[in-house]
Amino acid sequence: MTGADVVFGLLGIVCLAAALLVVTARNVIHAALWLVVCFGALAGCYLVLTAEFVAWVQVLIYIGAVVVLMLFGAMLTRAPIGRPQSLDSTNRPVAALAGVATAGVLVTLVVSAFKGAYVDVHHTQIGDGHVLGTAVFRYFVLAFEVASVLLLAALVGAIVLTRQGRD
Amino acid sequence: MHLSIALVLSALLFGAGVYGVLVRRNAVALLMAVELMLNAANLDLIAFDAWFKDRLHAGQTFALFVVVIAAAEVGVGLAIVLALFRLRDSVSVDEATALADRDPVRRPVEQTR
Repeated sequence: MTGADVVFGLLGIVCLAAALLVVTARNVIHAALWLVVCFGALAGCYLVLTAEFVAWVQVLIYIGAVVVLMLFGAMLTRAPIGRPQSLDSTNRPVAALAGVATAGVLVTLVVSAFKGAYVDVHHTQIGDGHVLGTAVFRYFVLAFEVASVLLLAALVGAIVLTRQGRD
Repeated sequence: MHLSIALVLSALLFGAGVYGVLVRRNAVALLMAVELMLNAANLDLIAFDAWFKDRLHAGQTFALFVVVIAAAEVGVGLAIVLALFRLRDSVSVDEATALADRDPVRRPVEQTR
């Protein structure tokens, strides 16, 4: 049990509690704000796992853009803020059973498969901007270009879908 | 640190996401649960990257691409939700049954023939 274990465990507890609050909150705005806590704790987990650049991307894009977009969506669709019970459907026991079963199967699998695996975080190359930039632009440049075309297509698609007029 | 801590956290996050996708009726809240599942996959990618000591850093690079795809998915998803809201005045996914085989709640089967 090292310091990295302790820090990762504490961040994981925060992240998991916030994730459970995201899926159980009665209010869409509260769920979006708990999503910020969850993603922030997850960025801390990435830092412990030496993924420095991905942690900052997580903060910038997920917390800065995706959650704000979610809040815009919740407000534009006039989300039910006061009324309880309107966010969830009526199949809560079945959904809880499916979620617990999925988590149980996955936890059993990964614990039995990677029981003694150990990550040496002190002797790993830190994934900072230089290292990740080299990896993306030297080895994964085709995937990078495809991702840019995908983003352009998503942009055009979103504009077409939300356009008001017919002309 | 032990690899299994990160993997267990990722599995539990994914379970929370599955529960959210199945239980939510509001489409915006449903998209948030999908984001939780994507982040669980990201945590796995980064944990295995650190475990393998990958010199190409494929795990972290794939995590970046997952973030890009998640941003595109949220943009298009919210556009669809807004179009649905403009059409139906509601973002409840239980009521969006236009593509269902039959709709036992709204219309009896003989009326749809």
